[in-house]
Parts: sequence; C-alpha cells; structure tokens
Amino acid sequence: MAAGGTRVRTANSDRSESITMARNIDIELQVSRYSPEQDLEPHLQSYRVPIRDEWVILDALNYVKDKIDGTLTFRWSCRMGICGSCGYMINGEPKLGCATFLKDYAPGPVKIEPLRNFPIVRDLVIEISDFLEKLKKVKPWLIHEGSNGQGEYLQTPDQLEQFRQHSMCINCLLCYAACPISGLDPIFIGPAALALAHRYNKDSRDQGSAERMATLSHPDGIWGCTFVGECTRVCPKHVDPAGAIQQYKLAAAMDGMKSFLMPWGKR
Amino acid sequence: MDSAAARARASAGGHSQTAPAYTEFHPRWYRPRISTYWWLGRWPYVKFILRELSSVAVAWTVAFTLFQLWSLSQGEVAYSTFTRRASSPIMIALNVIAFGFLLLHSITWFNLAPKAMAVRVSGKRLPAILISGPQFLGWFAISAIVLWIYMVRT
Repeated sequence: MAAGGTRVRTANSDRSESITMARNIDIELQVSRYSPEQDLEPHLQSYRVPIRDEWVILDALNYVKDKIDGTLTFRWSCRMGICGSCGYMINGEPKLGCATFLKDYAPGPVKIEPLRNFPIVRDLVIEISDFLEKLKKVKPWLIHEGSNGQGEYLQTPDQLEQFRQHSMCINCLLCYAACPISGLDPIFIGPAALALAHRYNKDSRDQGSAERMATLSHPDGIWGCTFVGECTRVCPKHVDPAGAIQQYKLAAAMDGMKSFLMPWGKR
Repeated sequence: MDSAAARARASAGGHSQTAPAYTEFHPRWYRPRISTYWWLGRWPYVKFILRELSSVAVAWTVAFTLFQLWSLSQGEVAYSTFTRRASSPIMIALNVIAFGFLLLHSITWFNLAPKAMAVRVSGKRLPAILISGPQFLGWFAISAIVLWIYMVRT
C-alpha cells in the first residue's frame, strides 16, 4: 500500500511537472558559484526551474541540485525556519531560503548569493567560525551559582516576557548580512550575539550580567552599534536585535552614571 | 575534488595563469571587498549615513549659536556685524541645510527612544507612540514658546 501510494504521488508529481513545463511557467535563477579550486572570484550561473505555488527558494535550489547540476553547494536542513541554515542573499536581501516563496519573484530572474559580510567557502556556503567565536565570548548560557534547594527555578509569565522575544534567535546570520557595521568592522560582536547576551541578562535565573559586561560594554560590543536598524527588519524570528542593543546601551549608561554618582553604593 | 589532480593540472599549464593555489584541508575562502559606496544602493543605508552626517549640522548649529551669544556679549557693533554676515546668501543656505539635518536628527532620535526603553505596565510593553509621543509634544511645545517669545519681542 505504501508503495502504491508512492507511485500515485510520483505520477501526480510527474504530471504536474510536465504541465508546468508545457506551459513554460519557469523562472531563471542566477546563482552565485565559487569553487576555491578553480575560481578567483564568484560568478553567476543561470538555471531555469519551474515555478510552483508551494515552492520556496530552497525547493528551487534542491531542484537544481537534483536534476540540473549536482555540483551546486548550499546549506540547508530543517525546511521550516528553525535550523537557520539556509540564509542567502535573495535579490540583494538577506532571507531564509525556506521562508521565501519562488512565485513572489516571478517573472524573474532571481539572484541568489551567499550571505554578505562573510568569507565564502564554496558557492552559497559561508564561513561562520568567526561568529561562533563571538557568540562564545558573550557567554550565551545561564550563569548561576549555588542552588535554591528545590530543583527547578520557577519564573512568572512576566519574567519570561522580559526576554522571550530575544530567545527566539536561530543564529541564521541574516542580521550580520544586513548590518553594515559587521562588514566594515570585523571585530564588532554583531547583532545576534549581542541580542542573545541581552536575552540572558534579562533572565531572572541568570547571575552572569557582570561577567558579560566586559565584553558587551566595549567599543566592539554594544557601543560599536550605530543603530542602522536593518538587523531588526530582516530578522525572520522578530528577535529585534537593534532594540536589544539599544536597551542594553541604556542600562549600561545608567549603570555607569550610578557608579559615578554613588561610587560607594550597591550597583 | 582531488587536490593532487588539481595541482598536476595546474603544473601542466592547464590553469597555471589563473587558477588559485589550493592547499588540501585549507580551502581558499573568498573574502568579498566592501565598496566605498556600499551605502548608495539601499535607502535604509542612505538614511543611516544622512543621520550620521546630521551630527556635523548639530555641531555647526551649536558653534553658530555660541558665536551669536559671544557677539551679543561684545556689544551692539559686534552683534550687527554678526547679523550682517549671517544674512549673506551663503550663510542662509548653509543654515537652511543645517536646519533640515537638525529635523532629521531630532526625529530619528525621538523615534529611537521606544526601542531603547522597554517599559512594561501590567505585564504589557507600552506602545512606541506612548514613549516617543510625549517627547515630540515637548519638542513642539518648546518650539511654540520660543516662536511666541520671538513674535512678542518683534
């Protein structure tokens, strides 16, 4: 029965494909290619793929990979906006390949390039170890000494709301591709890492804000941000990194003012 | 790709002029260069650069106002010299441009405030308009008072 079902789906799939091709409803993809063994710099390669209502950019890339050119290299995993692997520049805009419909770009062409502000390993694959180092620097984990003796640390809904928005980050790096400061100043910690640091600072269970302060309250940390605001606009999970950074700037400024006015007081 | 084959091909002259050196396990990453004019392509980036440039207009206006006050303190002759210079077409054009930048600076600054201030009342975050609104109202009120004083004095 399973085999029969598969056959039916395959038949339907082939039929819809032949109808699509017959009507010549297809679109041109211009995909950035770079092979470190052969190329000095990336170049665009064109492919024609059918347009289907339910297809996202990632489906189109997989179509190319499966049926036209198996050498095309790109990252992807979950297909549902959770893993954050399939970030590309789509017509110059950082977007998730799995959350961007192909038909929205009809009649085309659609230009697909690797995320801006990162070294390119191959085709659409970027090098992210610099980001991972920066992420580690802000200690994005709960820092808590001792125990309350009851096992769990309970939170009220209000306490959860303090950081919930910033905890939605999937590290897709679209914000780094949108942030001009990340491109111009490679040592800038960057939007996602700073937003995640703010997320843990705002968590009622965390006691690590003083430890993170040295990294965050630094010219390469929050003060490197000039509030272009593009990171927030492109974020597919509505994390609002720009807001998180500005909130932390305000908190750090208040903290600095307090310690200046009341050096003997408890901070 | 087999790196030995790549090296052999390069040494055979196949791509020796253009092919990059390839080291096994150390792939040659391509690092795109950022153009000096990176900000010209997109309106949000242009707006950002204009906003950053507006700080020059703010500095100019502060210096201009301080010089005006200093001239006033030096007596009538000095102040009339200042007003004569300030009414030249170049100075008027400069101050009109500076005024435009000051408006941009102020508006973007007030619009930033709700981003930086996450005020919660009864568990819900206050809407942005309730944070930036009073600042805009205060700005308009102070401007109206200054205008009223100017109208009454003249």
